[in-house]
Amino acid sequence: MKFARDWPLYLVGIVVFLWTIIPIYHLLIIAITPQQEAVASGLFPKNPTLQNFELVLGAKHNMVQHFWSQLGTSVFIAVMVAIITLAIGACANFAITRIRIRGGRTITNIALLTYLIPAAFLAIPMYKIMGEYRLLDSPWSLIFAMVALASPYAIWVMNQASTKIPRELDEAAKIDGASTMQIFRFVYLPLMVPTMVAIGTYALLLAWNEYLYAFLMLATESRLTLSVALGNFLAFDDAPWALLMATGVIYALPPTAIYYAFRRYMVSGLTAGAVKS
Amino acid sequence: MSAVVLPAPAQAPLKKGISEETFWGVVLLIPYFVVFALFVVFPVLYGIWLGSSPSAYTKLFQDPVFVSTIVNTIVFLLVAVNVKMLIALGLSAFFLQERAWIRWLSVVFLIAWAMPSIPTILSFRWMLNPEWGMLNALLFKWFQIEGPGWLTERHYGLTWAIIVHIWKSLPFWTLILLAGRMGIPKDLYESAAVDGATRWQTFRYVSWPSLRGLYLTCVLLSTIWSLGDFNSVYLLTGGGPIDSTHVLATLGIRYLRMDQVDVALASIIVAMPAILPIVWYMMKRLSADHTAD
Repeated sequence: MKFARDWPLYLVGIVVFLWTIIPIYHLLIIAITPQQEAVASGLFPKNPTLQNFELVLGAKHNMVQHFWSQLGTSVFIAVMVAIITLAIGACANFAITRIRIRGGRTITNIALLTYLIPAAFLAIPMYKIMGEYRLLDSPWSLIFAMVALASPYAIWVMNQASTKIPRELDEAAKIDGASTMQIFRFVYLPLMVPTMVAIGTYALLLAWNEYLYAFLMLATESRLTLSVALGNFLAFDDAPWALLMATGVIYALPPTAIYYAFRRYMVSGLTAGAVKS
Repeated sequence: MSAVVLPAPAQAPLKKGISEETFWGVVLLIPYFVVFALFVVFPVLYGIWLGSSPSAYTKLFQDPVFVSTIVNTIVFLLVAVNVKMLIALGLSAFFLQERAWIRWLSVVFLIAWAMPSIPTILSFRWMLNPEWGMLNALLFKWFQIEGPGWLTERHYGLTWAIIVHIWKSLPFWTLILLAGRMGIPKDLYESAAVDGATRWQTFRYVSWPSLRGLYLTCVLLSTIWSLGDFNSVYLLTGGGPIDSTHVLATLGIRYLRMDQVDVALASIIVAMPAILPIVWYMMKRLSADHTAD
């Protein structure tokens, strides 16, 4: 009876499931296909193997010889972007919403404007200016670029969260003789932790996933991020696809795991901030 | 920008308290101002300056690739945004259903959004390879059909770029619209059911009036962001075959690679009259919502 009533739901469910899973399934099975066989003959490889992962993790193929240093670069850049974005965002947000500095609204609007302009259109000017700053090919070029892109969003989402913290808390602390920075440290920061987790994760993933900026600004092969290294496989006509997919799986695992681990924060923090009618 | 004036030196302790606050307010804003000036304002000004030679625009407008890129971009936006948002609107109703398996499915569904886009785009690319890709292999094996060159013909290439784009961003917009639907009071639906409303009437007179504003916001935001989708086109077709699938987001990179920085910037600047009004309108809209809280 229930099945009879629910069958349209099942139908939609199956379509949604297949639509979501097909590219990921394909990624996974090519990653476990022996390199010589990367030609897909069926839905499942005849001789599944972990050999590709061994090659990548052991850096035993010339396409992946810099795997570990590229992984290191990706981690370093992502962590730095998260930390700096959080620091800048929290400071600016405290000044705007708690101290209520004059012009705070204008600053918020400018941040919002920066956030809304597609990053792809800022990439070439940013690349040219990094050349002027002599930062090209340094991980800091990418870190600063990503911080510049992530902090407007951080400020905006934090503004929304922080207006929900009652002002009476600040006033009570002030009456007890707390200085502004003590209020920042002991009242504001502890209450902002959930939003900070969401923003930190957002910035971390933004930097880890970035391709365009990284591909413009970094050049030395051993110091690329993994995302650019993956894209560089395409430069070769006979790209070892199985190896590429295995590297792709390893590259995709940490951010996906982090996303799911902090999903609660991301959903409540970001959807409320991203769009609110 | 913000005119922050430190209060005049004050003797009264109250005044002193205000100035301590204002002092810290200014200090705390400095890091953001520095980043904003160095990595947003300067690059923009520098870009405008580099793209200011009239010859760059002559070159750009005479380039046939520019014309086809504009067409591609408009098609990409119209199709990708509307199809994606309509599906998201429908799926948000699906995920609203209270079933345990649907809750699990929503967790799986999210993975397209949670995963970095590069591995999945490359997975699509290999799957669509005309000779060795899985799609054509299976088409031949199951139906004895010789599949076309999915990425080596303009229309197929663009279509797949749109599909990849939708695949990636659909979960996000579904989630947003789902949040919007969850905000609609349940008793509205109950009274509609009591009045014997059909499914369509319930949507038309209960759901839609509450979702309309959010839907418009989503469409506009998605339009701007889809315009900036570099990866779905660049990593899938690379703009090819013979530069026929470029969109505005990838065109600049093409000129950059040809060492024509001024034309690259000109191609971005000509897009601004289309982008900035939407961005400006969205800023007003979102910031007005914000004050209403």
